[in-house]
Amino acid sequence: MDRIASILLVFSLLFSCSSDDEKVKDVTINLNFSHVWDGESVSNTDFNTIKFTNANGEELSIERLRYLISDVTLKTVNGASIVIDAYNLVDVTNNTNLNFTPSTTISEGTYSSLSFTFGFKNEKNIDAAYQDLNSVSFGVPAMLGGGYHYMQMDGKFINNLDQEQGYNYHAIRAADNPGANPTFPQDTFFKVDLGSVTVSGDTTFNIEMNIAEWFKTPHTWDLNVLNQALMPNSSAQIIMHDNGQSVFSLKSTN
Amino acid sequence: MKNWVLYICYFFIFICFSCSNETIDNYSPTPSPLEIPQLFQEKILAPVIPIDNPQTVEGIALGKKLFFDPILSANQTQACADCHAPENAFTDNDRFSDGINGILGIRNSMPLFNLAWNYDEKFFWDGKSFSLEQQAFLPVVDINEMGDTWQNVEQKLQNHSEYPELFNQAFGTSQIDSILVTKAIAQFERTLISANSKFDKFLLGEASLTPEEQNGFNVFMDENRGDCFHCHGSENNPLWTDNLFHNNGLDSEFSDLGLGAITGDPADNGKFKSPSLRNLAFTAPYMHDGRFSILEDVINHYSEGLQNSPTIDPLMKKVAQGGVQLTEKDKADLKAFLSTLSDLDFIKTFKN
Repeated sequence: MDRIASILLVFSLLFSCSSDDEKVKDVTINLNFSHVWDGESVSNTDFNTIKFTNANGEELSIERLRYLISDVTLKTVNGASIVIDAYNLVDVTNNTNLNFTPSTTISEGTYSSLSFTFGFKNEKNIDAAYQDLNSVSFGVPAMLGGGYHYMQMDGKFINNLDQEQGYNYHAIRAADNPGANPTFPQDTFFKVDLGSVTVSGDTTFNIEMNIAEWFKTPHTWDLNVLNQALMPNSSAQIIMHDNGQSVFSLKSTN
Repeated sequence: MKNWVLYICYFFIFICFSCSNETIDNYSPTPSPLEIPQLFQEKILAPVIPIDNPQTVEGIALGKKLFFDPILSANQTQACADCHAPENAFTDNDRFSDGINGILGIRNSMPLFNLAWNYDEKFFWDGKSFSLEQQAFLPVVDINEMGDTWQNVEQKLQNHSEYPELFNQAFGTSQIDSILVTKAIAQFERTLISANSKFDKFLLGEASLTPEEQNGFNVFMDENRGDCFHCHGSENNPLWTDNLFHNNGLDSEFSDLGLGAITGDPADNGKFKSPSLRNLAFTAPYMHDGRFSILEDVINHYSEGLQNSPTIDPLMKKVAQGGVQLTEKDKADLKAFLSTLSDLDFIKTFKN
C-alpha cells in the first residue's frame, strides 16, 4: 500500500511539474507610434515648415497632429478576441503618448491579428465621457453628434494663388444635418488590422503612420478644395475614412 | 548634592529642548482642499496642487493678506491686487498697468481664476513661468511693477508685527523667505474659482438661455461660423480656454514676440496664451496688449480683421478674407452668449 501511494505521489509531482512548465506567461504589450512622410521620418521638429508635398502636388506644413486610437484587439488562432478597453491620444505636436502600454496583460503566443480602432467606435464615442479628452479640448460639437475628434492635423499649404493658407484636417464621425438631431451617413472610425503577430515576453509593436497617405489613396486630396471647416462636411469625412485605411502599418516587433 | 541638583537641571533643560523641537516637527496647518465645482468635477481632470504646497487654511489666509498688502512693493504703494482687482475678475480695466514708478507695462494684466486647472502650468501671456509659485516671484522684482528685491521684501516681512507668526501658522516656521511668500500667494490664487455663471447654471439645469444666447452658442461651436471652440473649449470644458498659445492674427508684423521670445523658436513668434472667456464683462480691455476696449471689437477682429503672418494659427479661418465673416445678428448673438459666461458671484465673493 505504501509503495502504491509513493508511486502515485511521484506521478502527481511529475504531472504538476509538467503543468508548471507549460503555463503560459502573461506579458505587457507596448504600441510605439512613429510617423513618416513617404518613408522620410517625421517628428515635431519637422513641424511649422512647408516641407512636404502631397499627392496632388501641394506643398504643405504640419503644425499640429494628434489622434486617438482605442480598443487594441488581439485575435487568437482559435478566433477568440481579446479587446483591451482603453484609448490613447497620440500627440505628435508635444511628443507625448507615442508609446502606449495598456495595463491589461496578454498571454504569450501567436495571434492571427493585432488591430486597433482609429478613433472611437460609436458606442464609445460618448459626449463628455472622458475627462482627459475634455481637458485638452478634443471634443466635437453636439450639433455634429458630440463625442470626440479622431484626429486633428493642422498646418498650412501653398494654394493656387501661391499664398500660404491654413488647413484643418480634422477627422470625426461623419454627420449631416447639424443641429439637435444630426444624421450619420456612414461610420468613419475604422479598424486598423496590423496582421498576425507573436507575443513573446514583453513585446513592443512598432507602428508607423505614413502621413502622406491621408492625402493619397484611394482619393487624391485637393487642399485647394478641402482645407477648412471639414468637420461639418460629411463627404470630406468619408474621404478621410477611405484614405485612412492605408495609413498605418506594423514595421517591426521587438 | 551639588552634582545631583546639576543633573536635575540638565535633565529639565534636555526635556524642554526636546519638547520644543517636537512642537516644530509635528506642526501641521489645517488642510483646506479646494472646493471643486460640480461641472469641473464631472467634466475635467483634477486641479494641479503641488505636493510640496498643499492648500491649508493658514496658508490661504496668509496668501490673501500678502496679495492685498503693498508691503511687497519697494515703496509700499502697490499690492498684487492693484493690477488684479477682485471687481475686475482679478485684472484691472487699464490697457497697460503702471508700476510703482508710474511706467506702464507692455501687456494687459491677466485675470486670475481657475488657475489650478492650467494643466501645463505655463503662466503669463507668453508662458514664461512654470507653476503658479514661480509666477509669483516675478512681479515683486519687476522694475516696472513692484520694483523691490526679495531680500528687502523678506526683511520687511520679518520685521513686521504680524507676519512672522502668520508664517509660523502657515508653514511651521517664522523664518520668512521668498519661497514661502510665493507658496502662500499661490495657495490663495488657487482658491479663485469661477464656476457660477449663467451658462454654468444652464448646464446644471438651473437656468435657460434666450434664443439669442442659444444661437450665439451655436455660432461659437459651428466650424462654419465662429469656430471658437477649438481654442476656447466648449460646454464640456468649463475652463473656456485651452491654456495654449496661438497667433490669432492680430498683426502682420510683431512688436512683441510673445511665446517666441521665450522659446527662441521663430515658429512661436506672435503667439500668446488663449485667455479664458469667463468673466469678459469684468475684464476689458481685451487681448495681450489690451487693444480692444469692447467685446464687439474682439468679435469684429475674428470676423473681418485678421492679419496674415507666417505664424498665424491654421485654425484662423478665411484669413485672406479677413476672417469668418459673421452676420450682424450672429455677432450680436455671439456677444450675448459670451456674456452668459460672466460670473457675478465670483466677483462678489472676493469683493470686500
